Amino acid sequence: MDPVTVITGQMAPLPRANVDTDAIIPKQFLKRVERSGFGPFLFYEWAYDEEGELLPDFVLNQPEYQDAKVLVSGPNFGSGSSREHAPWSIEDRGFEAVIAPSFADIFYNNCINIGLLPVALTETEVATLTQIAADPDNLVTIDLADQMVTTVGFDARFEIDSFARHRLLNGLDNIALTLEHAVLIDGYEERRATFKPAVR
Amino acid sequence: MARPRTMYEKIWTDHVVRTGTDGEPDLLYIDLHLVHEVTSPQAFESLELTNRKVRRPDLTLATIDHGVPTDGRALGIKDPLSKKQIDALVANCKKHGVELYDITDVRQGIVHVIGPEQGITQPGMTIVCGDSHTSTHGAFGALAFGIGTSEVEHVLATQTLPQSRPKSMAVNVEGDLPLGVTAKDIILGIINRIGVAGGTGYVIEYRGSTIESLSMAGRMTICNMSIEGGARAGMIAPDETTFDYLRGRTYAPTGDAWEEAVAYWRSLCTDPEAAFDAEITIDATDLAPYVSWGTNPAQTVSVTGAVPDPAEFVDPLERDAAERALAYMDLKAGTPMKEIPIDRVFLGSCTNGRIEDLRAGARVLAGKQVHSDVHAMVVPGSGLVKLQAEEEGIDLIFKEAGFEWREPGCSMCLGMNPDILLPGERCASTSNRNFEGRQGRNGRTHLVSPEMAVAAAVAGHFVDVREWG
Repeated sequence: MDPVTVITGQMAPLPRANVDTDAIIPKQFLKRVERSGFGPFLFYEWAYDEEGELLPDFVLNQPEYQDAKVLVSGPNFGSGSSREHAPWSIEDRGFEAVIAPSFADIFYNNCINIGLLPVALTETEVATLTQIAADPDNLVTIDLADQMVTTVGFDARFEIDSFARHRLLNGLDNIALTLEHAVLIDGYEERRATFKPAVR
Repeated sequence: MARPRTMYEKIWTDHVVRTGTDGEPDLLYIDLHLVHEVTSPQAFESLELTNRKVRRPDLTLATIDHGVPTDGRALGIKDPLSKKQIDALVANCKKHGVELYDITDVRQGIVHVIGPEQGITQPGMTIVCGDSHTSTHGAFGALAFGIGTSEVEHVLATQTLPQSRPKSMAVNVEGDLPLGVTAKDIILGIINRIGVAGGTGYVIEYRGSTIESLSMAGRMTICNMSIEGGARAGMIAPDETTFDYLRGRTYAPTGDAWEEAVAYWRSLCTDPEAAFDAEITIDATDLAPYVSWGTNPAQTVSVTGAVPDPAEFVDPLERDAAERALAYMDLKAGTPMKEIPIDRVFLGSCTNGRIEDLRAGARVLAGKQVHSDVHAMVVPGSGLVKLQAEEEGIDLIFKEAGFEWREPGCSMCLGMNPDILLPGERCASTSNRNFEGRQGRNGRTHLVSPEMAVAAAVAGHFVDVREWG
C-alpha cells in the first residue's frame, strides 16, 4: 500500500444520503477476478442509461469534474455489502479520498485497508464543501498528518483512529504487522478449547 | 465479584490474541472463515504474490453461491465471467487444501445457510466471511461479521483480524408476536425504528421474550439483517433452542466434548447487571406484517398502511431520499400498499431461504394458485434444504401452484446470476435489500416475509396475510 499523506485536488459533489455499495459498483461488475479495472463501472447505473449511453448530467460525467480526486457525499456512505470492489472502483477512477458526514462500518474499514482516505466531517461542513465544490476550480487539500481539510474560505479538522492514521501515513502492510506477533498466535492456538469445530 | 459483562464482551475477550496498545486495535482469533467465489479471488492471488500460505485450512470452509445459476446446471455455467470466478475458487481451494462444497455437492448453498446446517456455526465463536450478511451466524451466540477482501486475505494468512472494539446495543423485543407477524417483520420493524445507520459502530444483542420464543430460523432471519440497520454484527444468547438445533449435526461436538461445550456456551450469556452502550425496547404487539415502499430497508410500512408522502419527513435528507425512492419505485404518495400490483415473487436468500421459510410459504400457498400475471420462484438456501423440502412434498405444493422450483444459491437477492428483474418489474421479495438496481437495473423490490410474498403471488398484489387465517 502506498503511503497517504497530503491529497490536493478537485472535489466532485454527490449530495445523496445512504449511497450504497450496489450503487457504487453494481453486482454485474463483481465477476472480475482481478483487483483493478473497476473504475469505468463506478456508479454505473447513475452514469449510463439502459442502452449504455453516458448520462451527461451525472456529476462524474461532466467534463469539468474529470480530474476530481475527492468525492464529497452524504451520510452513511458505503452502506450495504462488504464488497471491497466499492472502494476499489472509487480508487481506480482516480479518487484518493471520500468526504462524508458518516460512513458504513465495513466500507470504512475497506477504505483504510486499501489506502482510500475516508474523511468524516459534520453535516454542516460537508454541506459547505458541497457548495464550494460547485465551482470545479476550487481545489481542496486534505492533510492526514494534521487531520485537516482546507479549501477556499474553509478549514476543518477531522477525526481518524490513530492506528489507522499511522498505517496510512506509512503505507504499512497489515498482514506483515500481524505476523510480527506470530508467536502470540501460536500460543493462542495451543490454549484454544478443543471442542471448537474444524472442517477436517 | 467480577464486573458484569455482556455476551459480546465475553466472546471478544476470549478471542484476544494480543491486546492493542497505543491506540492499536486488538488482534482477534477467528474460529471459522467462510469463503465464497466473489470476494476471495483477489485475496488468494495476493496471498500467493506475497508467498504466504493459508494458515488454517481446517478452519476455512468454502462454497459457491453468489454467481451460480439456479437452473440448467447440467449444461454448465453459461456466463463466462461467472465461470471463471467459480473455477478460480475451485482451483484456489484445491491448491490451499480448503474444503469446498462445489456445484455438484448436495451441501452446496448460501454460505450463511450451510454453516448452521452443518453445525459448524456454534455459540461463542468468531466467524467471518467476505459478505455483510455474516451477521446471520450471531443467532447462535457467535460474534460474526462481514469483512472486505483485504481482510479475507488477512484471515487466510494469519487466522486473526485486528479489530477496534465496537459499542454494544441491546434491542429488547417483549411480548407475544401477533398472528401473521414473523421474524422478518420483527427485524424490519427494528430497522424502521433505528434507521439504516442506527446500528453503525455497534454490535446488537437481540433479547427479550419474543426473541427467546423464536426458532433458530427466525433468529437467523433477525441477525441476518443487522447490517441493514448498520450493525456489523447481531447476536442472540444461546439457549435450549440453540443446543437442540446443534445436537447431532455434522460438526457439533459429541460425548464429553458436547457437555464441556454446552457448559461454556451457557456461561456466555450477558450477566444480569451488565450495561449496554445503547438500549431500545420494542413491544411485539405493536408489530405488523411490513412491506418496504422505498429503496432502503428502513423505508417500510404496515401492509395496512399507504405509501408515505415525502413532505411528511422533517429531515431534509430523509425527505429527499423519500422523493428519490418514490420516483425510482414508481409509487404515488397515499397509495394503499394492498393496491400495489406485483410482477415477480422471490422466495429465498440467506434471510429467508431455510426449510422453515419454505414450510411457512407452503402453508399459505396450499390449495391456491399463483396469479396469472405473476412469475414466482423458490430458491432453497442449500442443496440440503431443497432435499428436505422435496422429502416433505413442499416442492409439489409450490410447483403445482405455479412457482418455479430452483437449485440453491443467492439468486435474485442480488442478481449476480441470470435471475434478475427486468427494468420496471416489481417484486415481492423475501431478501434483505431493496436498493436501487439491487435485483436488476430499474427493478423494484418490496421486502416482505415468506408468508406475505406467497400471499402476494396468489393475489397479484400485496395482501394482509392475517386476513387469510
